Amino acid sequence: MFEQIYNHFNDIVAALLFVIGFSNLLFQKNLIKKIIGLNIMDVAIYLLLASQGFIRGRIAPILTDGSESAVTYINPIPSGLVLTGIVVSVSVTALMLSMTIRLYRKYRTLDLDEILMKIRQEREEED
Amino acid sequence: MDFIMNFPFFSIMICMLAALSSFMLGRKAAAIVAKGAIFITLVLSVVLTGWLHVRGESFVYMMGHFPAPWGNEIRAGELEGVMAIFTCIVALLSLTAGKTSIRTAVDKSKQNLFYLITCLMEASLLALIYTNDIFTGYVFIEINTIAGCGLIMIKNNGRAIASAVRYMVVSLVGSGLFLIGTTLLYSITGHLLMENINSSVAEIHASGNYSVTITIITALMTVGLSIKSGLFPFHLWIPDAYAVSIVPSSAMLSGMVSKGYIFLLIKLIYRVIGFDVFRSTGVFDLIFVAGIAAMIMGSVAAIRSGYLRRMTAYSSVSQIGYIFMGIGIANEAGAVAAIFHIITHGLTKSLLFMSAASFTGKKEDIKISDLKGLGHKHPVSAATFSAAALSIVGFPLFAGFIAKMLLANASFTEGWRMYGAICAIAVSTILNVVYFFRCIINLYAYGGFDGKEDETAVVATEEPQFAPTRYEKTIHGISVVLLALINLYIGFAPKLLTSILTKGLNVFD
Amino acid sequence: MDRINNNEKKRFYTVFKIVATILMICLAASLIICMFDMPRLFSEEHPGENVVAERYIESGIEETGAVNFVAGMILDYRAFDTFGESNVLFAATICVMVLLLGHKPSDRSEHETVPRTVKNDVILKTIAKFAVPFILMFGIYVILNGHLSPGGGFSGGAIVGSGFILAAVSFGFDRMEKFLNKKSAGIITFVSLLVYCLAKSYSFFTGANHLESGIPLGTPGAILSSGLILILNICVGFVVACTMYSFFSLMRRGKI
Repeated sequence: MFEQIYNHFNDIVAALLFVIGFSNLLFQKNLIKKIIGLNIMDVAIYLLLASQGFIRGRIAPILTDGSESAVTYINPIPSGLVLTGIVVSVSVTALMLSMTIRLYRKYRTLDLDEILMKIRQEREEED
Repeated sequence: MDFIMNFPFFSIMICMLAALSSFMLGRKAAAIVAKGAIFITLVLSVVLTGWLHVRGESFVYMMGHFPAPWGNEIRAGELEGVMAIFTCIVALLSLTAGKTSIRTAVDKSKQNLFYLITCLMEASLLALIYTNDIFTGYVFIEINTIAGCGLIMIKNNGRAIASAVRYMVVSLVGSGLFLIGTTLLYSITGHLLMENINSSVAEIHASGNYSVTITIITALMTVGLSIKSGLFPFHLWIPDAYAVSIVPSSAMLSGMVSKGYIFLLIKLIYRVIGFDVFRSTGVFDLIFVAGIAAMIMGSVAAIRSGYLRRMTAYSSVSQIGYIFMGIGIANEAGAVAAIFHIITHGLTKSLLFMSAASFTGKKEDIKISDLKGLGHKHPVSAATFSAAALSIVGFPLFAGFIAKMLLANASFTEGWRMYGAICAIAVSTILNVVYFFRCIINLYAYGGFDGKEDETAVVATEEPQFAPTRYEKTIHGISVVLLALINLYIGFAPKLLTSILTKGLNVFD
Repeated sequence: MDRINNNEKKRFYTVFKIVATILMICLAASLIICMFDMPRLFSEEHPGENVVAERYIESGIEETGAVNFVAGMILDYRAFDTFGESNVLFAATICVMVLLLGHKPSDRSEHETVPRTVKNDVILKTIAKFAVPFILMFGIYVILNGHLSPGGGFSGGAIVGSGFILAAVSFGFDRMEKFLNKKSAGIITFVSLLVYCLAKSYSFFTGANHLESGIPLGTPGAILSSGLILILNICVGFVVACTMYSFFSLMRRGKI
């Protein structure tokens, strides 16, 4: 059991972080906290992805000492995928934050439920 | 290699370039560029599909100088071609029919950005349809999500942004689940290209290792994609997003955006995990049950809602249930029926939203009880609305009838699934009749003098700049009639489409 | 009426919380079970260690000319992904522009107490005067050496962008606006993305049709090497720098 945990330590931490981020997204009503939850979720996935490529005793995949053999370096694929993922996460975070700014300016609150309630009132007044 | 094989790549790049150039153009030029690019893509897709249908095979296209397990690839077969044609039709006609809505509801300096977002959306959908690499799929899912968010909030008022936030939160959970599934799949197979994953998953499955992992991966990715396409327990963002956004946005969102994810799910089943492995995980049952629940609950919610566009949005939930039920039947005929229904529903639902635009006017939504007599004021829209409603209900001669028949036929060989499918289709059809006929009766039953009096009253209150101009009315009419005719054509002659889909699915794996 | 609604709402939230907690526990359990079943981490028998990774490293320098194998992989072998990624950034910029461009600060009220004018802050200004040139230089270094060392267009662009942000915060937006305004940022983004798009289209097209691309790869390790990768890194760097600055500027004051 302990050996299993030791062998899969990064995986398990990533899984727990993913669930923590997900629950933040579900249970928090504050939009900023929701966005933080979203980021925790993304980071968990990148941790999982980056751990898949690492191999003990090998070095980062940049040519060192002229060695071109595959056993010198770690797997470059997960690193590349994480790079792509980070850009996606930055864009999504910026978009969510700017939507939050607009909602705050209009409804003066960050609580999504309150915002939805105010919108419902608005609609009822219109009819 | 034939030159025609470049067409999928050209269509993605043309849409991307159109999106980029809209950034620097004014609103009128951007509109022309966007429509032109989508039209060229439509022509290319039609030629490509015809060529593939005659040749009866599919091909993969290297994106770059490196072959299969190293470089990116896209793949085109008849299924992909048909899906591309369908998305182009919906996007093009939404843009032409929704011109009034774009002009009046979107800020003048930002109208070119609307066309930009539409082009990006079309490009990312095409990439999702053609992709042969699962990580490319993820990246384009994200573009699709962000562009979808842009379509919803382009109206730029508080309500639109709030529904965009809800849409984003739900969608990002979906893409998170999809990405974690992709990561796990990569770590047990070591590949990202669909064919390589497929062969190594088959090997792993045969050797008996990782059986739990494969089940969980399948479930995670399926749930992720169904969250994004708005399957029943995750549908809460749909009515707000569809009812609040401007007309072309809701037509595109309901017609093609959610369908791109379902197509990716079908790709996942047949080309990534492999049909037999997928079947052994039992996720099909999950999809089937969720689909049936969506069919019933979506219709019930539609009956309860008193507003036209909101009701149409709920009806979308129930129709997505039909599609998922078709996939969940778990045989080839079911998948063909599901893809057939993706197409018919996309065409029909966007037609409903476009026709409803005439009744709502500048308002966001209209009460169904206020529809009285509007059928005489807007004869063309009322006729196409009724046609679309009949098609969704499953009236013979319309495309929706063929889709439902194919779904029922597919379930006959599948034991317990048959009873579930047939009962669900029957119940859901009755519920559909209830809420759509209520609208049609309201549209036509109160005619005559009352209607004319209403008309004068409405004209007096409507501000002139919000009313559609003569030109806009004409192209709106042409677009909706064209869509209705396509719908009728599929209803009259379904043979061509079904044969293409069956052949396409045969060469799919 | 209100009270009924409140009661209903409360009941909804209790049910929601219970269901969501159960769901989360199920998700955690299934993910952890799945993780135990996964291949062992950090070992050489990991399935990721296959022909794919091998070729990226062993033939990477010959085929792409990049000493940084990750840069070679994301900008040449799997360039379509990276192309999509820069479009994600573009799409997000457009959406932020739709939301915030022209949303005037007059919409703000007393709730937002942050002063909009720069105070005469000597410490900030003095330090920024020294730091900004070095930050920009380092960012440019990271961009230009993307194919030789860790870094690349995105990381370098983010550094340059944060340098711009620091400059804008300490010296005021008005001075930044002289060279980085809506027009110039738009043109830089447009031209960079256009170059990116056309360069990659050329390489996709020649690759798929089995034509020689005819782009010299240069000597590995030199700054002018590795074919298109350097150009693409520069383009991405420009786009990211402008995007970072415009995100900040849009959120802060509603214009670029």
